[in-house]
Amino acid sequence: MLELTINNIKVKAEEGMTILDAAKSVGINIPTLCHMKDLFPTGACRICVVEVDGMRGLTPSCAYPVMEGMKVQTNTPRVRIARKTIVELLIENHPQDCLVCVRNKNCELQDLSETYNVREHRYCGEKKEHAIDISSASMERDPAKCILCGRCVRTCGEIQKIGAIDFTNRGFYSTVTTPYNIGLNVSDCILCGQCILVCPTAALREKSSSKEVMNAITDKKKFTVVQVAPAVRASIGEEYNLPLGTNATGQLVTGLKRLGFDRVFDTNFAADLTIMEEASELINRVSNGGTLPMFTSCCPGWVKYIEQNNPELLPHVSTCKSPHEMEGAVLKTYYAKKMGLKPEEIYVVSIMPCTVKKFESNRAELAIDKLQDVDAVLTTRELVRLFKAAGIDFNDLPEDKFDNPLGDSTGAAAIFGTSGGVMEAALRTAYFKLTGTELANLALEEVRGNDGLKSSTIDINGLEVRVAVVNGIGNVGPVLEEIKNGTSKYHFVEVMACPGGCINGGGQPIHQKPEKVKKRVQALYEIDSKMKNRRSHENESVQKLYKEFLIEPNSHVAHEVLHTTYVDRKKILSNK
Amino acid sequence: MKNFIETCCNECWHTNENPCEQFVLCCTEGPLCHQNPECKVKFQNLNKELLYQKHDIPVIFIGMGTCGLASGAEKVKEAIEAELTKLNIEARIVPTGCIGFCAREVIVDIKVPNDKRVAYCEVTPKDIPELIKTAIIEKKILDRKFLGIHGEGDAGHISIDQVPFFKRQHKIVLEKCGIINPDSIDEYIANGGFKALDKALRIMTPETVVKEVKDSGLRGRGGGGFPTGMKWEIALKQKNDKKYIICNADEGDPGAFMDRSVLESDPYKMVEGIMIAAYAIGASSGYVYCRAEYPLAIKRILNAISKCKEYGLLGNNILGTDFSFELKIKKGAGAFVCGEETALIASIEGKRGMPKPRPPYPSISGLFNKPTVINNVETFANVTSIINKGAGWLNSIGTKASKGTKVFALSGNVKYSGLVEVPMGVTLREVVFDIAGGIPDGKEFKAVQIGGPSGGCLPESVMDTEIDYESLKSVGAMMGSGGFVIMDEDTCMVDVAKYFLNFIKDESCGKCVPCREGTKRLLEIIERIPTAYSEKTNKLEQLQRFKGIMHMQRLADVIKDTSLCGLGQTAPNPILSGLRYFREEYEEHLYERHCKAGVCKELLTYTIDNDICSGCGLCAKKCSVEAIVGDKKMPHYIVQEKCIKCGMCVETCRFEAITVN
Repeated sequence: MLELTINNIKVKAEEGMTILDAAKSVGINIPTLCHMKDLFPTGACRICVVEVDGMRGLTPSCAYPVMEGMKVQTNTPRVRIARKTIVELLIENHPQDCLVCVRNKNCELQDLSETYNVREHRYCGEKKEHAIDISSASMERDPAKCILCGRCVRTCGEIQKIGAIDFTNRGFYSTVTTPYNIGLNVSDCILCGQCILVCPTAALREKSSSKEVMNAITDKKKFTVVQVAPAVRASIGEEYNLPLGTNATGQLVTGLKRLGFDRVFDTNFAADLTIMEEASELINRVSNGGTLPMFTSCCPGWVKYIEQNNPELLPHVSTCKSPHEMEGAVLKTYYAKKMGLKPEEIYVVSIMPCTVKKFESNRAELAIDKLQDVDAVLTTRELVRLFKAAGIDFNDLPEDKFDNPLGDSTGAAAIFGTSGGVMEAALRTAYFKLTGTELANLALEEVRGNDGLKSSTIDINGLEVRVAVVNGIGNVGPVLEEIKNGTSKYHFVEVMACPGGCINGGGQPIHQKPEKVKKRVQALYEIDSKMKNRRSHENESVQKLYKEFLIEPNSHVAHEVLHTTYVDRKKILSNK
Repeated sequence: MKNFIETCCNECWHTNENPCEQFVLCCTEGPLCHQNPECKVKFQNLNKELLYQKHDIPVIFIGMGTCGLASGAEKVKEAIEAELTKLNIEARIVPTGCIGFCAREVIVDIKVPNDKRVAYCEVTPKDIPELIKTAIIEKKILDRKFLGIHGEGDAGHISIDQVPFFKRQHKIVLEKCGIINPDSIDEYIANGGFKALDKALRIMTPETVVKEVKDSGLRGRGGGGFPTGMKWEIALKQKNDKKYIICNADEGDPGAFMDRSVLESDPYKMVEGIMIAAYAIGASSGYVYCRAEYPLAIKRILNAISKCKEYGLLGNNILGTDFSFELKIKKGAGAFVCGEETALIASIEGKRGMPKPRPPYPSISGLFNKPTVINNVETFANVTSIINKGAGWLNSIGTKASKGTKVFALSGNVKYSGLVEVPMGVTLREVVFDIAGGIPDGKEFKAVQIGGPSGGCLPESVMDTEIDYESLKSVGAMMGSGGFVIMDEDTCMVDVAKYFLNFIKDESCGKCVPCREGTKRLLEIIERIPTAYSEKTNKLEQLQRFKGIMHMQRLADVIKDTSLCGLGQTAPNPILSGLRYFREEYEEHLYERHCKAGVCKELLTYTIDNDICSGCGLCAKKCSVEAIVGDKKMPHYIVQEKCIKCGMCVETCRFEAITVN
């Protein structure tokens, strides 16, 4: 421990701590832009500068370690002028279109402008001009709005280890873009949207589908059906200032009904269905000498990643469609028939915490007779915007229940939204299928939590099933290497592209606080633990679906409707 | 024996695979492993040949550094070869580097057997027949092209050391530049090369090497002036299995060419310095980071590295000791910011050349996160002499806080441009007027820009400032790497600031906000100053022009205060020093819209003197915008609103009737 003074306040700090953290510990706020917790500081934005006795210039507090006896001032005229000037410089090279910007009132640059009382355009001149990259199905890149803080670059490169974007050009003409400035659609990007979550402005944002969805709702000929992913219910409350980790399922259903959807279903239903198929596939592979380990296929970011980078390993990926695609497929087959509707009359909308799902819903493989299983995907953020425009105030909304039969679900489905959840759910059912008895301890602590790679071994009837959970695509490399080397010991591996799983997906409310994610995860585990049925095979509606339509898991019909194929995207991308 | 790697007889067992501890000493005093008078003679003869003390045929040295080549050294060489063939004279041609007197290239030295080496300057192919006839056949001195005699002068012919350009210089780094053949490791050894390395490896510990450098007071010659010994000491103290040494040869300042010249003219001196540093800190690998725009320098370093390997001076167990070292060259792609050490490291690592915040300092965690010492070419070149001559020797040269010498690259409006090495403490005036010969064409001195683009422009009033790190800083410039640009009365200081700021803006890496955005805005403010007023000018632009000036100082201060690296922190210097010393000139541009130096085009007014104009109409015919009107044989008139200030009319007028102001 050492002692320093910040604004004449004595502060005890640990060696290696930054001035920024030391100041925070005594309630002194220092603004940051490029700073990212737990990553090595880049010192790029200079907004966090402070005055340190004996130093020539101002010191970036996020990058400078505390020292014994150091005297720091965070609020001198020199510091204030410096920070204000930096904000002014950023604003001068930023489009002045806040009023029509998707991040209006949720923009760090706007906040800083307010904080530092910027009231004039002091330094006018040339502004950068860039075209918006709308090439991808999921995301838009608007480099004109980029303030070059580099958080997206670091997220993509250092956390996700994709490196689809980086800085190019120099000085005033620096931009963050893809190699050779190609469109995101043909880049290495997997569209996970983690960069959107860290972007301080609207330089990165999802591609909105709200207009299409509202048009479908208005279209009298369309039977609009909406489904909600497990992770959405645990995060949407944040946008209405509900306590962190509020389970807002009831309000969500009411809101969607008021928005005008004909039916409101739950993706959790399909999650249970996925488990039925995936567990059977796993058992099949294990007992018949199939390709192992088997990877989960729920996460479209992961699927896109392996298609782009290791297509030779695609046989390892489960052929199951992801839950919302299964739901869509069932809606346009079984449900359509049941309701006497033509499949093309049904318009399926998925509310997802995810940006890649937009890309996924457009995949040619995820269609039956050229009719896409899912017609549109909205992110949690887009849904909130639709609610606002429709005058739906969450705070006073009565609770409602999902429609049936595709609204019924178990606790196993709820935890799909968090890293390790699919694994846990699958094991609960696989155990039952193989032993005929239920797994005693349902909470598999070893696959929960925030580690990058989690693994466990479960004894099923004397068979040691070795499983692993990859939490965040940045951690998948070693697992793939092991498979390529032939040294992989796993039977079953869950991969989620976003760190933390869908709960921290690229379509979720934008935040900069890690504790928010923790609370969201808690909410999902709570839903599970409070459920009467906590195993997917206990879902009565799913059982009925098999009885009436699918016959049994992995049956021929099930394969037609619920399973898919993959493509070698490496080949496609290298032919661009 | 043709070179030192050859053995004198069967008793000598030196090979590069199995190096002999005594190799360096053996070369000049050998043989040491056995006693044989015949061998001794062989060694002595080889040394004499390499030092050009003994030769049977005339030797012709041609300065073939980049400056020499640019002045036509290649053509001169061809002419000499042709003339020698024609006259059937046998002579040896030795290409050397640059002796520093770039203004008077091509410099050719001729040494006939048993006579002194005589330097001739401004030699062109046309001069060759006369030169060869006089110098080689008649064995006389061609006075018309005479520069100086190497060694002592004689009646009527001065020693080259007495030439005003060289007289005030004190050459340590440049000692052998332009004298020796830069491609010959043997010449370097014969001239005492690798003695310092030998001394360090055999009788000094890393600690004593570091102490020697520390005691010498040597400070980094690349700009910042950080004490070199201290940097080494920090790296030496780090416990790590791998350490690196990097030589920064990424000389990027406009007007700076010191390092290039050393690399081209005496590369072994730098290589030896690097090796001593590597031994001192315990580094086993090193890089020379040299800009790709220096092809000749790169060629010379590559040659030096391969020769050193051949002679067992690079590689494993150098000179039979435990010291092993490999040296690689890394070509920089020409980004100015890569001269900043952390950006340079990133560039070697294969990343985008952008600086990183410090701490951690490279001496603790640098290249590939290993302890790394980075010094520039000139610093390393000094090290060799320090080890040879001792800390006290360097310490006795210079001022209290700045020891030794500094090499400057003189350019601009000065009589003699070139490279000069002066002891610290010499005044700016001495350099400009005594060494460089003052301003040509009877023009007035206006300013000297010292320290590269982010240095400062210093006026006549501070010309008596002594050159050392602190004094230069106190007058608003900096030592920098050694760019020294002299400007005369025809230079506009606003325009100069604009030029340097534009350079800095282009070279900003774009990482930190104040440098990326701020230098651009600062440039825009400066660009608006020399704009002409017209009724049509946008009112908003007029407002911005004044508003910019009001906020210029504030912006400059913030850029200086908050930028991440040295590039940004010094970027506003051209403006700040301009405002400090040439404020009236800025105000004149701003309020009177007048450029005294006649440089800022938009502010110029072209007028025809009615009394002189003969009305020939030639100017009107040439004017591309039809801005000149007038009747035949009557004085003409320039329509100012139409004039684009191209200056064509002035060039056309045979009566000098058109004035510009």
